[in-house]
Amino acid sequence: MNRMRAQGWAFWIGIALALLLMLMPLPALIQPLKPYWPALVLMYWSLEASDRVSVGLAFCVGIVADLLNGALLGDQALRLAVLVFIVLRFRSRLRFFPMWQQALAVWLLLLNNQVLQALIRAFAGDSPMPALSWLSPAVGAAIWPFVFLLLDDVNTRLRGNKAA
Amino acid sequence: MALPQKESTPIFSDATAGTLRLIAYLALAAVLMVLDHRNGWLHRARYAGAAAIVPIYKLAAAPADWIHAASTTLTQHSKLVDENRQLREALLLAEARLNRMHAVTQQNERLKQLLDTQQLLGMHAQLARLIDVQLGPTRDRVMLNVGVDEGVHVGQTVIDSHGVMGQIVEVLPHASVAMLVIDPDHAVPVMASRTGLRGIAHGTGDADQLVVPNLPLSSDVKNGDQWVTSGLGGRFPAGFPVGTVTQLKRDASGMFLEALVKPAAQLERSGEVLLLRDQPDPVGPPAPAPEVGPPDSLAPRATQGGRRALNSDLMPSVPSQPATAGTTP
Repeated sequence: MNRMRAQGWAFWIGIALALLLMLMPLPALIQPLKPYWPALVLMYWSLEASDRVSVGLAFCVGIVADLLNGALLGDQALRLAVLVFIVLRFRSRLRFFPMWQQALAVWLLLLNNQVLQALIRAFAGDSPMPALSWLSPAVGAAIWPFVFLLLDDVNTRLRGNKAA
Repeated sequence: MALPQKESTPIFSDATAGTLRLIAYLALAAVLMVLDHRNGWLHRARYAGAAAIVPIYKLAAAPADWIHAASTTLTQHSKLVDENRQLREALLLAEARLNRMHAVTQQNERLKQLLDTQQLLGMHAQLARLIDVQLGPTRDRVMLNVGVDEGVHVGQTVIDSHGVMGQIVEVLPHASVAMLVIDPDHAVPVMASRTGLRGIAHGTGDADQLVVPNLPLSSDVKNGDQWVTSGLGGRFPAGFPVGTVTQLKRDASGMFLEALVKPAAQLERSGEVLLLRDQPDPVGPPAPAPEVGPPDSLAPRATQGGRRALNSDLMPSVPSQPATAGTTP
């Protein structure tokens, strides 16, 4: 029970941090390269604790992200729902991939996400994304091992606490 | 022997149910997007939730502020002295120029009085600070720390000391969002200060480039020409620098010139900006005159009988007046 609660805290704090990181600016030059943090965090939790993450939850996180971002209500909700759906569907396979293959899968998922974003922006009549932003999925894949290890470390520590 | 049937056979298998749920969410998201695009739900939701949202922005902007503060603290003394000297020089220069301008302004005012035009030369502005957060995938919009409660409204012009930065597009109680001139959705009516040639400067999404398309091939425009706001359209007040021409080329059709313009405002660096209070006098055809007719008692009426009955009800003591008025036209 205690462990579940601790994990719950870690989960929500992770989501909140991801949303904050999404809002934080970077120097203008590397701005378009910024990885899509909420997607990375949601991917970890849907791999490691699939009972916690559902498509509906991803949708809700996306709505909150849309409210914060102020671009188009429903945009990120749709993208995160699709992303989490795919991860949950292939969870059993993705979990046991070696890290480099997992990173490759993350790259494909983020690229899919980027394509969806470009499509949605095109339909909404917004300006196209900066060309450099197509490298952002690669950056996300490159930092995926670190995100995974960091969150996994937090997760196992919480589990270890319970055992002690 | 028949196998015992399970009591509740699920209509959909697990996977199908998951897919159906996904489709339901996708449909919901699509409906939300369309409704938001048409009705601006997001702005209303953001306005309602501003009490919760604005502190989150402040929190997200905090690290950038700390880094900025730290870099200011750690800047070397000599560099500060240097900067101070430069700023002093700039101030001196600006003041000298201002003094000269003062005389010109007075002269201009006299001339304007002679011409009987009424244009306000004084301007009221409000200082605002940027909240350093990223909105959307691009950096074409910025968040300011003043909002409705400080008297900000949509459409106000945002300037810095060098030129036009953009305009307010969304207001929250204690914050507002400004669209920068470089946003591809942004356009500002401009005029070349040297020749008076008019155009419209569009954003390109590129941080240091605007484009003024559809200039006639024969038009007199050169590299280095400065464009200022023309005041047409009534959104931006006239006379604020927008940018300088860096390159001229023919557009895709070859029939028109296209001027690439470097924005005058320092969009990357501006930490503090000014919001112009006064909306300019709208330039253009005068507003249609209000419907003015003869006084009510003299107005011709369509239904003589009905009006007369009404009149006799209301003021039976003056029966002759409406009758004479009714016959005049």
